[in-house]
Amino acid sequence: MVLSLTDVGVEYDGVVVVADVSLSLADGRVLAVLGPSGCGKSTLLRAIAGLEPVSTGSITWDGQDLARTPTHRRGFALMFQDGQLFAHLSVGRNIAYPLRLRRVPAARREGRVRELLDLVGLSGFAERLPGSLSGGERQRVALARSLAVEPRLLLLDEPLSALDTALRGRLAADLASILREAGTTALMVTHDHEEAFTVADEIAVMRAGRIVQQGLIDEVWRSPIDVETALFLGYAQVLEGPAAHRVLEAAGLPPASAVAVRRSALQAETLGPSLQGLVAELRTTPEQLRLKVNVEGVGELDAVAPLDAHVGLGDRVGLRVDGTRLAVLADSANSGALGPSL
Amino acid sequence: MVGRDLALSAGLLGRAGRSRLTRLALLAAGPLLVLGVFFVLPVSGMISRGFVIDGSFDPGGVLEVLGRSRVRGVLWFTLWSAAAGTAMSLLLGLPAAYALHRLDLPGRRLVRAVLLVPFALPTVVVGVAFRQLLGDAGPLGWLGLDGSAIAIIGGLTFFNAAVVVRAVGAAWEGLDPRPGEAAAALGATPLQVLRTVTFPALKPALVSATTVVFLFCATAFGVVLTLGGLRYSTVETEIYLLTTNLLDLQAAAALSVLQLIVIVLLLALAQRARSTPDPTQQRVVARARRPRRSDAGVLVVTGLLLTFVLVPLLTLVTGSLRIEGGWGLANYRALATAGRDTDGTGVLNISVTDALMNSLRIAFDATWMSLLLGVLVALVVTRRSRTRAEQRLRSGLDSIFMLPLGVSAVTLGFGFLITLDSPPLDLRDSPLLVPIAQALVALPLVVRTLAPVLASIDDRQRQAAASLGAGPLRALLTVDLPVVRTPLLAAAGFAFAVSLGEFGATSFLAREDRPTLPIVIFRLLGHPGALNYQMALAASVVLATTTAVVILAVEQLRVTSVGAF
Repeated sequence: MVLSLTDVGVEYDGVVVVADVSLSLADGRVLAVLGPSGCGKSTLLRAIAGLEPVSTGSITWDGQDLARTPTHRRGFALMFQDGQLFAHLSVGRNIAYPLRLRRVPAARREGRVRELLDLVGLSGFAERLPGSLSGGERQRVALARSLAVEPRLLLLDEPLSALDTALRGRLAADLASILREAGTTALMVTHDHEEAFTVADEIAVMRAGRIVQQGLIDEVWRSPIDVETALFLGYAQVLEGPAAHRVLEAAGLPPASAVAVRRSALQAETLGPSLQGLVAELRTTPEQLRLKVNVEGVGELDAVAPLDAHVGLGDRVGLRVDGTRLAVLADSANSGALGPSL
Repeated sequence: MVGRDLALSAGLLGRAGRSRLTRLALLAAGPLLVLGVFFVLPVSGMISRGFVIDGSFDPGGVLEVLGRSRVRGVLWFTLWSAAAGTAMSLLLGLPAAYALHRLDLPGRRLVRAVLLVPFALPTVVVGVAFRQLLGDAGPLGWLGLDGSAIAIIGGLTFFNAAVVVRAVGAAWEGLDPRPGEAAAALGATPLQVLRTVTFPALKPALVSATTVVFLFCATAFGVVLTLGGLRYSTVETEIYLLTTNLLDLQAAAALSVLQLIVIVLLLALAQRARSTPDPTQQRVVARARRPRRSDAGVLVVTGLLLTFVLVPLLTLVTGSLRIEGGWGLANYRALATAGRDTDGTGVLNISVTDALMNSLRIAFDATWMSLLLGVLVALVVTRRSRTRAEQRLRSGLDSIFMLPLGVSAVTLGFGFLITLDSPPLDLRDSPLLVPIAQALVALPLVVRTLAPVLASIDDRQRQAAASLGAGPLRALLTVDLPVVRTPLLAAAGFAFAVSLGEFGATSFLAREDRPTLPIVIFRLLGHPGALNYQMALAASVVLATTTAVVILAVEQLRVTSVGAF
């Protein structure tokens, strides 16, 4: 069983919102569509759900075109950013809703509701009303409701972004394990790369209505296609030309014309390393010191140092480069030999 | 997300858009057909009688009518009495709207309910009450206002202050108090806050209420007919006189057309004013605050309005209890009879109690009809549009179904008579004729009650239901029904009350042997004799009480969109 999108486009009043999207998603896999807000990713999700008509291309399931299948016959459950629980129904009845629609006998229904509440960690919540739940609990109920009939595809629209940061991290991990446990095929859209990394196996990066890169999560992570993608994936900065050469050289890696650098890739040390510069900025965070180091011929680089390091503004420090935290941009890997570009 | 913004920019209609429009057309087809047969056909039939003389199109005659000095006088009186009535309604209604929706007054819910009663009160009853109050024998007889223009304006205000309180009050209650507080924190005095923050935010509701009130004033029928007699006539009563007494259809058609044009313009204005605010705005209900000394003025005006509403009603009740040489229930007992003419025969063909039964039966039919149509229309106009073209189509439909609000009920009633009298639409003797006409009169009110509620439902709720496997009908039952159930009941009550009091169209359509209560009251008034007049008073009390009970029950449901436009 496989979901497959071929050159899908969506228009609003003649304005193209999603263009030429081709994707496929195999059974049991979780795909995250990652992109900044307004890039058309939610529209894409709604098109797959059958809530937006596609203007070009086709969406198929197991080779069968879905263009004429209305939302409620697709068997794809859609979970909204804010859950969209039915406020007048109790938690238990919300979860049982899709089961009732399919005329599941009452006894089986009750068992299944209990099972799902256990799965999402809300045992004993069946009689509560959605209004009395916290944001995180509501999302868990929405997830349980979506999973109730074992949908052939679960669509998640920014499932965690309405929650606060701490809860988001915890719930992302829960979501990942719940999806694995239930063996659910899922497609999630999000603007949060950490959420995507925690939950998904595969990732598709979307920008301005188009998919710019897709693949297994660590592939994309290790080799973002361009500067914008790299920055969106959480890299602190992208170095080009001589700066890229110097940093790659310091890490003992072959040259390339552009390299994305995570903040933690550069560790300030007092001794030794070939890359040296003056501390231009210094900020303390709970976990480490964050520095900006001015390196001659490279420019300002983001770096970190342990909390107990003795560094001050204007000090000269060395920078040790961790090669595993660098990513050579995919389209520049072979162009490094052409020499420095300005 | 971006799509929603982009949807606002103009463009073409895709293939998928067309299938959505097909569904829209199917849903709208029923109500449109009904409106076509029972509204457009009669009204245009009535109008064409005036334009087509002896088989040839003759617009000159219609223009000539508008030049008559009597007609010019009628137009002028209609305009200025409606303007004065609107001004008075705003003057009394606005302070009351504020006091009853933003101040924590004891018993304010009861006062609000009492002030809503006049709006649904049968026009004939109001006419009777004012005559009883201002007549020679009435408590205010010494003012000599009986049959004067001031009495008519008073009657119009009596009705329409309620509309202002209701429409503006609901908006005022839902107004977020924080921008006002922010302005105050920036140094604005209360008056400046009112001028710079509150009124701009209320403007849509204000413009909308003003338009609707002017419309109601300008097309008022029963009140003007009972209070104005022959001295004062508005366009609406003039149409009635021209068609029934003078049989001058050309002049009547001319006035109808003129009225229709003005009303369409006014409704377009109201529509614009309504569509200004961001519909996605969250409605908040501001906490009422305790009245302060500075609220004294507002409270005094509210008291005045309450007195103004209660006094005519109380006069009516006491008048109905007065009998020769004292007090008693004789007038009510006489309701079981058909009145007595000077020659000793009955004034009416049936007893007043039978007429009440007719009224109730007809109101029941009119209610289900207007609900059925109203629900369909409200669904059609509130579904989220994907394209601009669709959006325009829906708001166009919205306006079309508002038309019965303003088109002269007299024109409608007479149009029914002359167009639905031959096969395949020979409905003259159908018992459904009156309910259908009344349902059309009530339709805009039903739609205005339901549409805001349906529009407030997050469309994603329906999408969530659909993605869980619910078909369109099932999603409607799951998502829309629980929210709309109470407003539906309120709309039903409102339609019922409106139907009970409907006079304009019914006066043409009710069969001789099956008159409704308002018709019977009007007939009793037209006959000399103290008993007939006293019976009219008692019958008015019965009708007013029935309507008031229904309206108070509706008010108990606490649906804010009832009676708000």
